[in-house]
Amino acid sequence: MSTDIATERSVAEVFDHVWEHRSTIQSRDAYAMMLLALGRENPLLACLATDMDYEDHFAKELPRQYVDLGIAEQNMVGVAAGMTVVARPVFANGMSPFAVARAYEQIKIDVAGANLPVKIVGTHAGLASGHYGPTHHSLEDIGVTRMLPNMTVVAPADAWETVQATVALAADPGPAYMRLGRLATPTLFEERTEFVLGKARVMREPGRVLFIATGPYPNLVAARAARELAEQGVSAGHLNMHTVKPLDREAILDASAHAEVIVTIEDHRAVGGLGGAVCEVIAEIAGPPVRRIGVPDIHYDLVGGEQYLLNHAGINVTNALAQALDVVA
Amino acid sequence: MLTQAPLHDVATRLAEDIRRKVIEMSASPNGVHIGGSMSIADLLAVLYGEVLRRPAGEGPSAERDYLILSKGQASAGLYAALASTGVIPEAECATYAEEGSRLGGHPMKRLPGVDFSTGALGHGLSLGLGVALAERRYGHDGRAFVILGDGELQEGSNWEAAMAASHLGADNLTAIVDRNKWQISGRTEDTMSLEPLADKWLSFGWRVLSIDGHDHDQIRQALQGPVEPGRPTAVIAHTVKARGVPGLEDTKKSHSATLDQDARLLALAALDGERA
Repeated sequence: MSTDIATERSVAEVFDHVWEHRSTIQSRDAYAMMLLALGRENPLLACLATDMDYEDHFAKELPRQYVDLGIAEQNMVGVAAGMTVVARPVFANGMSPFAVARAYEQIKIDVAGANLPVKIVGTHAGLASGHYGPTHHSLEDIGVTRMLPNMTVVAPADAWETVQATVALAADPGPAYMRLGRLATPTLFEERTEFVLGKARVMREPGRVLFIATGPYPNLVAARAARELAEQGVSAGHLNMHTVKPLDREAILDASAHAEVIVTIEDHRAVGGLGGAVCEVIAEIAGPPVRRIGVPDIHYDLVGGEQYLLNHAGINVTNALAQALDVVA
Repeated sequence: MLTQAPLHDVATRLAEDIRRKVIEMSASPNGVHIGGSMSIADLLAVLYGEVLRRPAGEGPSAERDYLILSKGQASAGLYAALASTGVIPEAECATYAEEGSRLGGHPMKRLPGVDFSTGALGHGLSLGLGVALAERRYGHDGRAFVILGDGELQEGSNWEAAMAASHLGADNLTAIVDRNKWQISGRTEDTMSLEPLADKWLSFGWRVLSIDGHDHDQIRQALQGPVEPGRPTAVIAHTVKARGVPGLEDTKKSHSATLDQDARLLALAALDGERA
């Protein structure tokens, strides 16, 4: 846990601080910092935890707005929904594999179905838990949450986008799920641009190849692969689809208008998540072929760090280039 | 509408009215959870007649109480209580389970007087705890009452909520267990035993009151009496499934049933007899 979180900063100051340190701050610490700043501004904002240490500063400074439910995700999500009779928004925090999969029925009925301002925030998403193993990997979370009515589903690309998304979700009246990783990741951004929920970021103008990615490493892979293709004389675009639901259909249609292939990249199952969502759009217009990069349909009982597992799953530049060149070459 | 009667008559008449409406709804060819609706009829009557402040949630959010029917299958009992107290039109009860109706097999939030959709078991106590915490933390004095089925307590999430409620000192939360001793497949104690049930709640740090769930004075005392500071209250209401329906009382088959006209007339006559 970063001691940085405790520093008394306003929302604007957190933006500045995280921007400056966006490649060295963990997304979850950036999120915790922003949540505390938002909680100071809005006494109705509540923060719920399931035995996490990164919310300690919130607990100390704003105890009335904080509840730790222990290791009990189902109860936390139900309590979050109940608290909305007065408190709103309610941020319900946990480790992604447990906060989503374990509490799915509560999310489905009490949060999404009820259309309440509860924001489920899950850390350790994707393969971020690395060697902790498949019990702690979260590879289905985007798929199962995006099937739920009313839900917004967000996977920020770095610490900077995380604080932008946190502010946007706090202001949005509906239910949401945000997935975060564990370690600090290199930033994707060179300039501060506006973040709008449901509006994809065009990271590189469209070309013969279109990469669509969500989350930190997938976006880094997309950015590098697009650059390498350009160096080889193959034009390639890159969309950062930070919001998987509601999906920015228009951005996909615009960017794919002249593309010969779309390659989707996510640290999530290759079915049901971003790739699946993009296919649903492209199938309706008989668009270009879509190649989906994600975790294959196997139980990942392989020991290794996040990078090792991402590589093993083919979530890397080599595979991104191979998938693109298989069609355009 | 039941108004202007002496206080204790309100609950008595409300209980009778709830039972009458549930019997009428049980004409539905889709079946009504008549057993579990009748076992909580007296609990609902005292709650809606005397205990709950502005249960329909009209007006400002402060100064109201919340009832969450966690055992959502007893929706007919809830609809009857809402209709008898003017929250929804009385005539709407006749639309139970009809296509396009607001009155489904389990209560939905779209209906006035329903704060949370319920029916998937094991959700209500967490919702009630959230309500109780928010009311307390933000300086309101609302109480949260949650009606739980006894079979429902087999869902583990209840015990997560039970553990948290006492740890967090949620004394404005009251769990009311409809201890009718049946679940779909048979007796609770044969399916998955719950006893010693009072000891379970006690060991989770709750104040426990065991009452006759059809005795209005006992219900009143349990729900209106002062709470114990810092401790949530569990009321184990011993009830009879399908209480008041001849031939169905304390039976497995009362879980969900359609009553033909003869059976309904018989049940309504029995209600009249009880009053006389």
